[in-house]
Amino acid sequence: MTVEQIGSEGKDQFPIGMRVLAVDDDPTCLLLLGTLLRRCQYHVTTTSQAKTALKMLRENKNKFDLVISDVHMPDMDGFKLLEHVGLEMDLPVIMLSANGDTKLVMKGITHGACDYLLKPVRIEELQNIWQHVVRRKKKDRCNSGSKDKPHPDSGEAVGIGNVDNNGKLNKKRKDQNEDEDDERDENGHDNEDPSAQKKPRVVWSVELHRKFVAAVNQLGIDKAVPKKILELMNVEKLTRENVASHLQKFRLYLKRISCVANQQANMAAALGTADSAYLRMGSLNGLGNFHTLAGSDQLHNAAFRSFPPSGVLGRLNTPAGLGIRGLPSPGTIQLGHVQNSGNPTNDLSKLQSFVPGNHNTNILQGMPMSLELDRLQHNKSVGHIGELPTTDSTTVFPGSGNLVDARITGFSNNPLLGVTSNSLMLEGSSQQATSHTSVSAIGFQNGNALSDFTSIAPASNQLQDSKAGSQGQASPINCNAGQIIRSAPQEWNAPRKDAPYQSHALINSSIPINSAMIQLGQCLDRNNSIFHRTTDLDLVGPLNFVDPLSIKHGEGDNSIMEPSVIEKEGYLMFQPRPHGSHVPDNIGSLEDLASAMMKQEGGCNGYSLRTSI
Amino acid sequence: MDVVNQLQRQFIDYSASLHREGFLDDQFTQLQKLQDDNSPDFVVEVASLFFEDCEKLINNMARALEQQQGVDFKQVDASVHQLKGSSSSIGAMRVKDVCIAFRSFCEAQNREGCLRCLQQVTHEYSLLKNKLQTLFRLQQQILAAGGSIPVVE
Repeated sequence: MTVEQIGSEGKDQFPIGMRVLAVDDDPTCLLLLGTLLRRCQYHVTTTSQAKTALKMLRENKNKFDLVISDVHMPDMDGFKLLEHVGLEMDLPVIMLSANGDTKLVMKGITHGACDYLLKPVRIEELQNIWQHVVRRKKKDRCNSGSKDKPHPDSGEAVGIGNVDNNGKLNKKRKDQNEDEDDERDENGHDNEDPSAQKKPRVVWSVELHRKFVAAVNQLGIDKAVPKKILELMNVEKLTRENVASHLQKFRLYLKRISCVANQQANMAAALGTADSAYLRMGSLNGLGNFHTLAGSDQLHNAAFRSFPPSGVLGRLNTPAGLGIRGLPSPGTIQLGHVQNSGNPTNDLSKLQSFVPGNHNTNILQGMPMSLELDRLQHNKSVGHIGELPTTDSTTVFPGSGNLVDARITGFSNNPLLGVTSNSLMLEGSSQQATSHTSVSAIGFQNGNALSDFTSIAPASNQLQDSKAGSQGQASPINCNAGQIIRSAPQEWNAPRKDAPYQSHALINSSIPINSAMIQLGQCLDRNNSIFHRTTDLDLVGPLNFVDPLSIKHGEGDNSIMEPSVIEKEGYLMFQPRPHGSHVPDNIGSLEDLASAMMKQEGGCNGYSLRTSI
Repeated sequence: MDVVNQLQRQFIDYSASLHREGFLDDQFTQLQKLQDDNSPDFVVEVASLFFEDCEKLINNMARALEQQQGVDFKQVDASVHQLKGSSSSIGAMRVKDVCIAFRSFCEAQNREGCLRCLQQVTHEYSLLKNKLQTLFRLQQQILAAGGSIPVVE
């Protein structure tokens, strides 16, 4: 059935004819499920391979209305599939399992499942699953439809605010997990819902996001309300709702990274530059992240999810994708992919790649794009956030609000994440003077940062040393990986002020946050010249992922981020560049992100939120 | 007619006994309800799939448990989990119950316990297979005699 047909007929006949994709490796269950679904008069497609299912879904997003998937599957974890679907296609997914452990059910829900059924499945239960499709569509419709009234579901304007509202926001998010999805749909996807509830989808392109961030910066993150932002942006066909949900994501992103950013005034400064950098970030030589992003669908999903909470990076990775999500590349998801490059476990590496802002600008670019972040955020991030231990979500979120948010949420947990990119940047900058390399690595790595965070920590130390030696700046960089992330946000702020923030960004990750950052910022100034270029990248905030590896470089090799690190995920946004060169692009994006995040967090000083978010 | 009635009564009695003895539970009844003109052999199909799957899983478990070096309990657990899922889907209650016990042994990494459960599972599976085959034969006889399968509530 074509979408159109369904659309036209669906209205009348829906839920009859609802297109369901059923995935279960157990043939007995699959046959049973398929039969039951057909008995409910749905249009059923079955497959025993999760990978096949994903392929089918990717081929044509509009082919299905709902996905039902088993949890335990040999080729891919059901939760992973769930994430992928949620991120890429934003379809409602129902989990199925013989195991009804509360923990598992919780996991399913936090990963974004709209329902969790126990085997054996009864037909009565299946007869009502269409409600999930309707609900989602309705949300989308509401989100896109109501222009001026804050839609609670979309969480627009509501409680979106500063970090202060985090609690509120978070709560909102959680409560509105599905709503977020809707929002995302609204913003990022081409709506494919068959039920003829079309909602105009807004794709947050880099340009659009930049405008957004610029507007937010202009208004001040605290005062940025959707209406005013909309006015400032002056974009046709953009609704207040679109802006509101985007803002929400952005704020979350900032929050995530704000932890780090708060203290870094530099970051703010850096962020300013990030904006441009952000854009550039996209162009960043594919540190690989980008590419990876595009290519690795899995990454983003996997990355996101897989990142172990431990890793700040882990989260970052996915979030790295955050920034990446936005990556213009193949669908925001790209970021996600990038993340996965390693598997969540790699986290850091993943993150690094993501670091949207970082080197691989791509990531960032992607970020503003489709609100994948939204989705990410929404689904994954929400879920992820929980996972991420980091507190700064903002860190993760480099300028590119979009993705970053989503991802960042994940990252934010990892202080490192957010910071990574920034911190890396910073580090780089400081390093620059002497051996920035380390710093740069940080910032750039954004994506990598995450995973690298762990490594960053040690690296950061190194950096510090190197830095200190070189310029004395290093000191601030506490390289604590964890801190780095946190500091990253700060860095953003800090550097901004000073100058090529970018470097700051990097440093953030590596820099022990706050103090380090600022120092970095200062140092960066010196390096500014170097980083300037990258400003865009620097901010990339989310890019914080900056490979921890890169951070390691602080030791004095400019390569900062060990190229190996970077390459890890492919993302490695950060290309171990010799001084000054590091941060390029990535930083810019980071800056954006950073600024975005910083603003959100409120910690960002002067951080100009580059719309990257 | 008598033949049909007789067969049908036999069928009902047999079905009831299977339920009573715990070989089948309500889920099986649901499966039977799903069978209709569009899918006349649905129950048989599902049951066949189940048997195949069951054998495969049992083999997997046996192989895993035989490992002298070190039993990969995770793998065993995965197989048991799947068996539990499919047996519950078809309504094979006794098999499912053994699986539940089996899983706890897996978690405890108790090889002896697992082996015992494996034996039990194999036993239950064979029993069930025989009984279902008898049931299906009865069904076929009824249909061949021109009758219809009675719905057992």
